[in-house]
Amino acid sequence: MTSNKKNNSCKFVRISGLLIFLFAVLTSSAQQIPSRPSPPRLVNDFSNTLSTPQEANLERKLVAYNDSTSTQIAVVFVNDLQGTTAADFAYKLGEKWGVGTKDDNGIVILVKPKNDTKGEVFISVGYGLEPYVPDAIAKRIIENEMIPAFKNNDYYSGVSDAIDIIIGLASGAFTAEEYSDEGAEIFILVFFIVMMVVMIVFITFAGKVGKTYSSRHDDSSIWKALFWASVFSNSNRHNHHNHWDDFSGGSGGFGGGFGGGSFGGFGGGSFGGGGAGGSW
Amino acid sequence: MKNKNTIILIVGVVILIVFWFIGKYNGLVNKEENVNSKWAQVENVYQRRADLIPNLVATVKGYAEHEQQVLTDVIAARSKATSMNINADNLTEENIQAFQAAQDQLSGALSRLLVTVEKYPDLKANQNFMELQAQLEGTENRIAVERKNFNEAVKDYNTGLRRFPTNIVAGMFGFDKKAYFESAAGSEVAPKVEF
Repeated sequence: MTSNKKNNSCKFVRISGLLIFLFAVLTSSAQQIPSRPSPPRLVNDFSNTLSTPQEANLERKLVAYNDSTSTQIAVVFVNDLQGTTAADFAYKLGEKWGVGTKDDNGIVILVKPKNDTKGEVFISVGYGLEPYVPDAIAKRIIENEMIPAFKNNDYYSGVSDAIDIIIGLASGAFTAEEYSDEGAEIFILVFFIVMMVVMIVFITFAGKVGKTYSSRHDDSSIWKALFWASVFSNSNRHNHHNHWDDFSGGSGGFGGGFGGGSFGGFGGGSFGGGGAGGSW
Repeated sequence: MKNKNTIILIVGVVILIVFWFIGKYNGLVNKEENVNSKWAQVENVYQRRADLIPNLVATVKGYAEHEQQVLTDVIAARSKATSMNINADNLTEENIQAFQAAQDQLSGALSRLLVTVEKYPDLKANQNFMELQAQLEGTENRIAVERKNFNEAVKDYNTGLRRFPTNIVAGMFGFDKKAYFESAAGSEVAPKVEF
């Protein structure tokens, strides 16, 4: 009897423990990571630390860099880390916003200015940029450029200097041309496959027609000739590239025109927890 | 004529069922492959941490020679942790627990080492040491991220496995449930490496 009771109370403790755990999980996942800015911006000052011209200056610099290299550096100021670490906050924000493109070439610079709690900064580096901005380098940028300026309440130049260094490091990692080239290659491949399928369907169809009405037998060889001609002409194009380079150049122009000095949007980069942080 | 129609109907249904089976089976294979690749990432980041340790130990040794005990603890825990590799086909609960225990032991030895380091201001100011510290911090963050990604992949796979009617396919082809990393309280957030 007593053992039964003991069992029951054990169960109760376990269940209530589970409930507490669930509650903790639910509340912790309800952290308020700010949602993606709309219209998209690279500089997001949720703490009103920077002046409007300072913000505009940084934004201009980052948009120009994004236009020329497709590398996205997002700068975020927040007053509250929502009870988590700066590293975790920056990582989650980078993932949520998708800073960078599919090649993971994004960086999040998170600053929590010093107020009643200590100031914290974290540079979160996307997967694709980890070789260019290793943790030790990110740490050095924070210790040498950012924190000394932040201590003097000069948030603008701390961030601006850090951006200059990161731009220097990441230059050459990705270029805008690489991207459009890649796009053209995929386009050619898709076009080629579609052509193949269409041709194969035509050949089998024409072959059947030819067999049923033996008088039209010749037609199938015409189709076959057409098929091979198209294959060869396609592979030629693939080798020479010229036509298609023109094409991709055109699409690049379109993207640039569309951007027109403002940031086009975040594009699905992902983060692996790389980067470094510091506090003051 | 009627007979012919029935046969066509039966053949059609059989073909549909076969396609459905193939679809479910391939779906499970994809999910399992996803778990495997996430596991590889987990092992990767733990290996990355292990790779930092010889350098760290060498640097600390130069400044804190008479802390032999702490250093040998770290080296022993490291070799134990690196010898523990789990094949992705074998992600059972015991295996993951053993893996985690070995890694936790290394984490413990490392944090004791870092507490010891507090006594040596020269070491703490050493450039090489500061960079190792940054790398170690980054690696702990990566471990937290990859463990989270792994658990998400396992959850996706296990859910697919248990759902009706996929569970029939899973039972036929011997897909097994995979184990999670258990998060000890607060381990979703990487431990803070304090020097």
